[in-house]
Amino acid sequence: MSMGAALLLLADGRLPSGGYAHSGGLESAVRMGEVHDTSTLEAFLHARAVSVGLVSGAFAAAAHAAASQPALLDELDRALDARMPAAAARTTSRALGRQLGRVLRSIHPDPLLENLSHQAHQAIAYGVAAASLGLATADAARLMVHETVAGPAAAAAKVLSVDPFEVHAILVRLVPVLDETSRLAAEAALQDPQDLPAPATPLLDVLAELHAHREVRLFAS
Amino acid sequence: MFARAALGVQRHGAGSRVSVLRSHAPMVLRPTNPKGAEPLVRRAADVARVSLAAGAAGPLGGDDYHLEVHVGAGSVLVLNEVSATLLLPGPSGGRSRMRVIVRVDDDATLIWLPEPLIAASGCDHLHEIDVTLGERARLLLREEVRLGRLHEQPGRISQRLSVRRGGEPLYVQRLDLGGEETPWRGPVITGGRRCIGNVLVVDPAWTQGTPPGRMLDGTGALAPLAGPAMLVTAVAEDTRGLRRTLDAGIDALGDPWSTASSGDRHPASPPDGSSTTGMERST
Repeated sequence: MSMGAALLLLADGRLPSGGYAHSGGLESAVRMGEVHDTSTLEAFLHARAVSVGLVSGAFAAAAHAAASQPALLDELDRALDARMPAAAARTTSRALGRQLGRVLRSIHPDPLLENLSHQAHQAIAYGVAAASLGLATADAARLMVHETVAGPAAAAAKVLSVDPFEVHAILVRLVPVLDETSRLAAEAALQDPQDLPAPATPLLDVLAELHAHREVRLFAS
Repeated sequence: MFARAALGVQRHGAGSRVSVLRSHAPMVLRPTNPKGAEPLVRRAADVARVSLAAGAAGPLGGDDYHLEVHVGAGSVLVLNEVSATLLLPGPSGGRSRMRVIVRVDDDATLIWLPEPLIAASGCDHLHEIDVTLGERARLLLREEVRLGRLHEQPGRISQRLSVRRGGEPLYVQRLDLGGEETPWRGPVITGGRRCIGNVLVVDPAWTQGTPPGRMLDGTGALAPLAGPAMLVTAVAEDTRGLRRTLDAGIDALGDPWSTASSGDRHPASPPDGSSTTGMERST
């Protein structure tokens, strides 16, 4: 299988892995007035990329490198849990990880996927999925970093009065940030789990908890 | 300036006593009386209670402080501070660093209530706390940061907190604030507020299940961690508002952590909710 095509397949928002149901905290940020125009949307996506993107990307890269070692994957999963103080974020991450694992097991059953726990965090699932498709560690990091902004970007036009073209203009402007974050994340692949990045996102965490208590909402997170 | 201080507490009969109290100016450790409401301990008499006071301004850029705290098996330590810590630039620039290494053994309790770190303009500070807990240890740890004094843009401050319990990671976070390259002002970290803080509570009694998470008045939340622990997180416009939300989070835990049911009142939250006696003005 051509690796370029495999990378695009896994990155494609049309992959039925459940991401469409989540806004990455954007809906909550909009409802609380923290994001209200393209400028604050860009600030949100930028900040999310270098925080959530960095930690998720690093753990995806580490999981890619550890794909054949179930015990190390478990250790990475616990280390990532410790870096996600928002209960709602952990729940979402494990739900998305489970869905990605289910999709991969169905479309490309590979022995490596047997090492992936059915409850694994999304970043761990992406790392093992990438390994199962013969992709490189840097690809796993890139996929995960992309996912952390692509999700909220896709949700933006549904929760905010913003033109989809403007949203994509923001993403293009963020390309250098995404590339740099992916590079830093990939470097983490061979570090000890306890040395992996752990950027704090206090307001995002508060917004996630607020959203989880809402009865009426468009997105699950 | 380099300073290395140490504090150790041991069980002594039915209570606790301070076994190591080694100040190193400007970190001055002193036994103290209860200060305000105390979660869990509730101003009990037979616990070890120590205050950390600053014997000089700072930390200033270039300073390197190191504090070790050991709470021995079965003992109880309440560690508080006399005043907020003002982080300042040094005379020749450079970073200031505070490193605290904490060990809380089985059946021991640490209630650690520092006052806020205030990141004055031009500061550049790294604050690192490493906590190792026995599986039967209890911990309450508060962190508060105020970004700049009145009308002032903050310097840089990075706070790293790592808590391990029973040999496994429980909570690992690094918060980078101030400076130009991190998006700390934005909607993911502070949303433009000046004050930010947490209270981390670890209680082995929650191994079978944690209290429910909930939203708090102000911009804050109480939520379970991945383990027998809860975290209160809040941002606020001023330190009094931050403290009020963090205290409300502790009280939302109910007995035995809540201070409200004991009859103690928090100095920062008068019963009618009005703010008449605050020592700090909003900016």
